[in-house]
Formats: sequence, structure tokens, C-alpha cells
Amino acid sequence: MSERIPVVEKIMSANDRLAQENRARLDANEVFALNLMASPGAGKTSLIEHTIRGLSTQLRLGVIDGDVATSIDADRATAAGARAVQINTGGECHLDAVMLQGALDEMDLQQIDLLIVENVGNLICPASFKLGVHKSVLIASVPEGDDKPYKYPGMYRGVDALVINKIDLLPYVPFDMDYFKRGVEILNPGLVTFPLSCRTEEGLDEWLKWVTEMTKYHRQQASSSDAIPQKEDSAGEAKSS
Amino acid sequence: MHELPITESILEIALRHAHAAGATRIRNIYLVIGQLSTVVDESVQFYWGLVAEGTIAEDAQLQFRRIPAEIECQQCKHRYPPLADDLGCPSCGSATVRVVAGEEFFVEAIDVDSDDVTEEIGHAGAEA
Repeated sequence: MSERIPVVEKIMSANDRLAQENRARLDANEVFALNLMASPGAGKTSLIEHTIRGLSTQLRLGVIDGDVATSIDADRATAAGARAVQINTGGECHLDAVMLQGALDEMDLQQIDLLIVENVGNLICPASFKLGVHKSVLIASVPEGDDKPYKYPGMYRGVDALVINKIDLLPYVPFDMDYFKRGVEILNPGLVTFPLSCRTEEGLDEWLKWVTEMTKYHRQQASSSDAIPQKEDSAGEAKSS
Repeated sequence: MHELPITESILEIALRHAHAAGATRIRNIYLVIGQLSTVVDESVQFYWGLVAEGTIAEDAQLQFRRIPAEIECQQCKHRYPPLADDLGCPSCGSATVRVVAGEEFFVEAIDVDSDDVTEEIGHAGAEA
């Protein structure tokens, strides 16, 4: 009549399954994919523009832009020389694996080596939804303040690299880099970090070098083996279930 | 803002396990949500009324079990809740610490009714 059924299933499992499908599709096409997350105005699109300009002689780039409305960001990526697809989430505050799947349909994956996914500007929701990309990158920026790791631990915990943008503003705003980095180190020990300025281009070379190396490394892996080890690509997922 | 797709996912999981067990009605859904999961109970509850309508789960009660966030110091093994402005160990001051609880986010169990004559409380036949 009545019974209790043990379930113990991660609530994000449907999205996670689809994210794995996206990953398999990217790998089959030997495409290395990055998910860029940040608060609005941190410089996601500027960093993407600089990345396109800096790498377009070595790599073929594609950009998928997630935004609540408009195609301004995709237009900027196209102008900088990449193939771009815009996803308008229509109010959703994040991209999820379904939305990325639809965007991948529109992108000719055979024609690109590196795919940059620009998530919706938000430090909370995107951390909960895996997309199936290979690396997640958080872009922090100096004017946001040095307390952001403490306020948004879920986001800082789940990423594979951290860009600290707008370091040219450090002399003008109260931003305690030691306090900021202490929070980052606690939440994500050993996180690879790129302090840079898209405006002055200071520090940009290290970022470009990392992206290039990661892309080439992934291509070697993809061509030498059919089975790529799955790595979790996003933040805030239950590890205990 | 992202509770709608999450609520849909909870419904999908609950219905799948209920149907596998031949259930005709879901009474309770037990959710385990860590403090660091960015999910608002009230918001899930609100969406539940919309997404579960017309299903065998429409009258189900959502039972939330919140797991507080906990950090363990890797130096002195002290366990403590994260403080708002400093995540370092309050006991020894170390910054070499690890989040050990608070990221849980899963459906733990469901209570269901079946029309079957067999009565087995605590039966665990529908593990996926």
C-alpha cells in the first residue's frame, strides 16, 4: 500500500547526462571548449575579443554567447574574427546543457579548434548547471571588490581557472589582493590564476598561452585516444550522492 | 531564478522512481540540500504547484533537509561553519582548509502509495 522508496539521485542528473553528450560531441570533433562565467561587466566579452585577436592565427575559434536578450556580444565576437552563435535565454539566468546542445547544432564544429562559451553574467546560477565543456573559467574584476569569493563560494569552488581582470584599476579602488586570494585558496586550493587587464593588455600573454596549451593538449589527447576521461566541469555539484 | 528547471528535474526523478515501483500516488519527496547549493526552498515549493499538477505527484509534500556548510581545517582538523568575512580556521588561523559538507543536492527518497495488495514498509525495490 504505502512504502518508502530510496532514491538518492542527484537533482541535476538529467542536465549532467546531457552535458556528457555535449562533451562527447565536442571530443568527437576534437574541439576544446571553455565556459566563461562572471558577473555582468567583469569583462567576459572583452576577454573573448582579446582571445580571438590573439589566437586567430594559430587556432580556429568559435564563440557561443549566452545572454538574456540582444546579440551584441555575438556581434562583437564576429567582428573580432570568430564564428559566433547567440543564445538568448529569454530570461533564464544561466546556460544549461540543453541550451548548449541547441547552440552546438548551429556551430560547424569541424571548422573550429577552440570553442568559448560565454555564460550569462551571474555569479550564482551558472555554477549549478554543467554544460559539458572541458574547463570552466571565472572572470573576477577588481572593481567588484575583494569579498566576492566569500560571498559566492559555489562559483569560486567549481572553476578550473580564474582571471582577475581590470588590474590597471588597483591603484584607484580599495581591493585587498591578499584577502581576495586567501578566500580563493581556501575554496579552490592551487587554482590557476591570471591577473590581467584587457584595457592595458598587461598579463594577457599568460592567459593566451594557457588557452593555447590547453587546446593543443586536448587535441593530442583526443587524437591519441577515443576515450577521454570525464572531468567535472562546473561548480556546486553534490559530490556525496 | 533557476528553481524552475530544478523543480522539473525533481519531478522527473520522483515520477521515474514511482512508476518503476508501480506506485499510483506520491505522498512525500525527501530532498537533501546543502547550504552551499544555491536553491531557495520556497521557490521550489512555489514551482512545484505548477509543474506537478496533473501528475501522481501533485499532492506530494516536499520535505527539505538542509545540510549546514562545514569546513575542516587541514592543519588542526577543527570543523567549523563558514563565517561571512573569513573562511580561514578560527582555531589555528590556517588557510589550508576544505569544505566537507554543504554541497549536497539530491532526492533521498519518496513515499508512495500502490494499489497492490502487498504491504511492505521500507521495501527498497526501485533503486536506479
